Amino acid sequence: MEITIKLNGKNVTAHIEADLLLIDFLRSHGCVSVKRGCETSNCGLCTVLMDGIPVLSCSVLAARADGHEVQTLEGLQEEAEEFAGFIADQGADQCGFCNPGLVMNTIALLRENPDPTDDEIRAFLAGNLCRCSGYDGQLRGIRNYLDSRK
Amino acid sequence: MEQKEYKSINKSVRKKDAMQLLLGKAVYMDDIAPDDALAVKLLRSPHANAIVREIDTSIAKKVPGIVDIYTWEDVPSTRFAIAGQTYPEPSPYDRLIIDRHVRFVGDAVAIIAAESEKAACRAMKLIKVEYEVLEPVLDFRTARDNSVLVHPEEDWYPPCEVGGDNRRNLVASDTSSQGDVEAVLEQCHIRLDRTFHTKAFNQAMMETFRTYTRLDRYGRLHVVSSTQIVFHCRRILSRALGIPKSRIRVEKPRIGGGFGAKQTAVCEVYPAFVTLRTGRAAKLIYTREEAQIAGSPRHEMEIRVRLGADRDGRIRALDLYTLSNTGAYGEHGPTTVGLSGHKSIPLYTGGLEAWRFGYDVVYTNTCAAGAYRGYGATQGIFALETTVNELAEKLGIDPTKLRDRNMVREGMRMPAYYDETANACALDRCMEHCRKMFCWEEKYPVRDMGNGKVRTAGVAMAMQGSGISHVDVGSATVRLDEDGHYNLLIGAADMGTGCDTILAQMVAECMECDVEDVAVFGADTDASPYDSGSYASSTTYITGKAVEKACGDLRKKICAIAAEMMECDVEEVAFERNQVRSVKTEQTVSLSDIAYRTQAFSSKSAEASATHSSPVSPPPYMVGMVEIELDRLTGQVTILDYMAVVDCGIPINPALARIQAEGGIVQGIGHTLFENVHYDRKGCLAESSFLQYKLPTRLDMGRLRVEFENSYEPTGPFGAKSIGEIVINTPAPAIAHAIYRATGVWHRELPITPEQIHVNIDIKP
Repeated sequence: MEITIKLNGKNVTAHIEADLLLIDFLRSHGCVSVKRGCETSNCGLCTVLMDGIPVLSCSVLAARADGHEVQTLEGLQEEAEEFAGFIADQGADQCGFCNPGLVMNTIALLRENPDPTDDEIRAFLAGNLCRCSGYDGQLRGIRNYLDSRK
Repeated sequence: MEQKEYKSINKSVRKKDAMQLLLGKAVYMDDIAPDDALAVKLLRSPHANAIVREIDTSIAKKVPGIVDIYTWEDVPSTRFAIAGQTYPEPSPYDRLIIDRHVRFVGDAVAIIAAESEKAACRAMKLIKVEYEVLEPVLDFRTARDNSVLVHPEEDWYPPCEVGGDNRRNLVASDTSSQGDVEAVLEQCHIRLDRTFHTKAFNQAMMETFRTYTRLDRYGRLHVVSSTQIVFHCRRILSRALGIPKSRIRVEKPRIGGGFGAKQTAVCEVYPAFVTLRTGRAAKLIYTREEAQIAGSPRHEMEIRVRLGADRDGRIRALDLYTLSNTGAYGEHGPTTVGLSGHKSIPLYTGGLEAWRFGYDVVYTNTCAAGAYRGYGATQGIFALETTVNELAEKLGIDPTKLRDRNMVREGMRMPAYYDETANACALDRCMEHCRKMFCWEEKYPVRDMGNGKVRTAGVAMAMQGSGISHVDVGSATVRLDEDGHYNLLIGAADMGTGCDTILAQMVAECMECDVEDVAVFGADTDASPYDSGSYASSTTYITGKAVEKACGDLRKKICAIAAEMMECDVEEVAFERNQVRSVKTEQTVSLSDIAYRTQAFSSKSAEASATHSSPVSPPPYMVGMVEIELDRLTGQVTILDYMAVVDCGIPINPALARIQAEGGIVQGIGHTLFENVHYDRKGCLAESSFLQYKLPTRLDMGRLRVEFENSYEPTGPFGAKSIGEIVINTPAPAIAHAIYRATGVWHRELPITPEQIHVNIDIKP
């Protein structure tokens, strides 16, 4: 089947098999920031924005994205850079494999709630697993970013 | 204690790769693998113990896109081990690439190479296998001398004598002791005899095992793998595939977490075999399910602790016996078990009069275990620290004060730790600091919150090592470039830990430059100097010292070249950050000019390499305290506050050391409360995905506080010891202690789930 997705601002038309997952479509179209961590919608690594809403691309058929706008970290570099450096300053990037999903979901959080409390941050990002950092450094980074804007 | 002022050491520098990682750049294996790489998939055994009688791949091979399918008939018959250890490995050579005898649910039966993963998966269903199903050995308590043998083969071979015997399902066995344990136990006023059980917890690094292989422009096998051990991996592949090491190049890109899992060459051999057979690039990425059922998890252990003490809480005798389950293959079996005693007993060197430590390591028909952060110390410390907490509770002595009376202190010789001396030990200060910051006196008493919930606290100490004494070897090459900056080449593997940055900080300190002026390369067997690899908490301590030595040599070389340029004696020049000055004439030459000088009319290089190994493995120490809230109705435990104080010598990068500690504590909370491992009667693992294997989320760890009590390790670079592993060791015993305080029940098996807590509250009189 043929689908057209507005991917990071550009229309992409492709012939796909009906069972192709959005994550595999995105990775094969150069968006390698999108990572697969679990295959069971448990880890949050494959988070992308579909029409501005964070979705797990391992659990969305590419066909479902037909006619929709999809954004990956490749398309949101500047927005990410605003706060990512604060996480880097904590050393909380660590192995980095969960970072793109975390950064995408943080973008979604900050668009929805520009001044979240620590508990709101934890709740919004609860689905983003990280095995290295123990989470607190990520929180400190985001908190420092928010405080820097005040 | 020596405390120097440093420019780059003991500074929280940003990781060199941080922004690349945070912005999702293409840095991992699957981001850089060629598009035309064949997809490799493994057909895995559904039986825990079986012989492949017939295997028919003819129909499967007809699936469009299938390039080839390999079975036990196609692979070399030389047994090998996949444990990343220095040669000769203590782990037995007990594997084939594919063995006709499959030994656990998930063991490889066939390798499928296809143009697409989809074709490979389709073909997998069409391979016809006839198994002769054998009775498995699943309970490790019954494995030794069982009539069912996991490795009955004649060519089972242990490269080192470690007390194993495949005719007894035994991988290793040993006992060491000092003093007459039985006699001292007999004299003690109080004796405890307790048995503990820990399971085969999974590292669950976010990036699963993965490798791609291709033939390079010389026709050599080029392996790009998510590995902690490039050099060991090359040696393992050479033996397994039967080709010379000179025909293999192993390289690591960025690694999406390892925690020891990638200290074993879990998946490399399969795509490598495909590339050698087809001449084509090949790629194997484990699914999460494969990583769970056929990875390289922690060794399940049963540990019996016998402790003897006086009424005043002086611990006089310790006797540990560990039974370790290595699973279907022996990777790291003979070595992990040693840490369960050798890195727990020495914590109580204080008044210890006698100790004994014995162990057996057995095969079973479960997933082969391997290396996991803590490497046996985690299991031993859970057992011993919980027993010590029980001693304190029985005697009515504050458990922190009981430890004050018994703990190892700086300057003590540790007979149970290979007779090494604790040259740098701030464990006493860690305890004092933690007690104060945590407000132990307030949090330790059981407080009824009036809503069915109680709050209380628990404590534990821990130690680890810094590398494997005598065995681990680290190397570094440092080279001056024409901008006056430096290249650092290493064979150690940054797996997210930040060692590339930490080692660059050391170069910056030695060469008086900025950390940004040091470009780091690693790790690649063709280009890096030899390094055992990043494991056993070795990189900062061992490779770091090699960096320090290489920089010392390079400074001398730079000064010699400068002296030649200025036509003066080398004793008359001084190295000054970006130039060398003649002290007599005040003439200077820049580092840039010196570097250019080495490129023409010169037979001297501005490059130095150094190698380092250490006769000792100085332990880092720490204290962890936890406050929990326990719901007595449901058994739910909520972590409120975790406070840790760590002595890792001088932290080279305090921010990264802190993150290591925080990450290790949360991983420890995971195996204490949530992560479970169950095999059914047929040997199938229940927790085969993250739906069942529950990692802690950011809602599960409460408040986390980490502080440092520095000591200065004289044999380490800039006084440093290690931090990577020790940090996972305190949560289990500290939380088990707090749960006892809240419920009156000692839980001696991990994880301690709400169900376990609830059931045991109910049966309490």
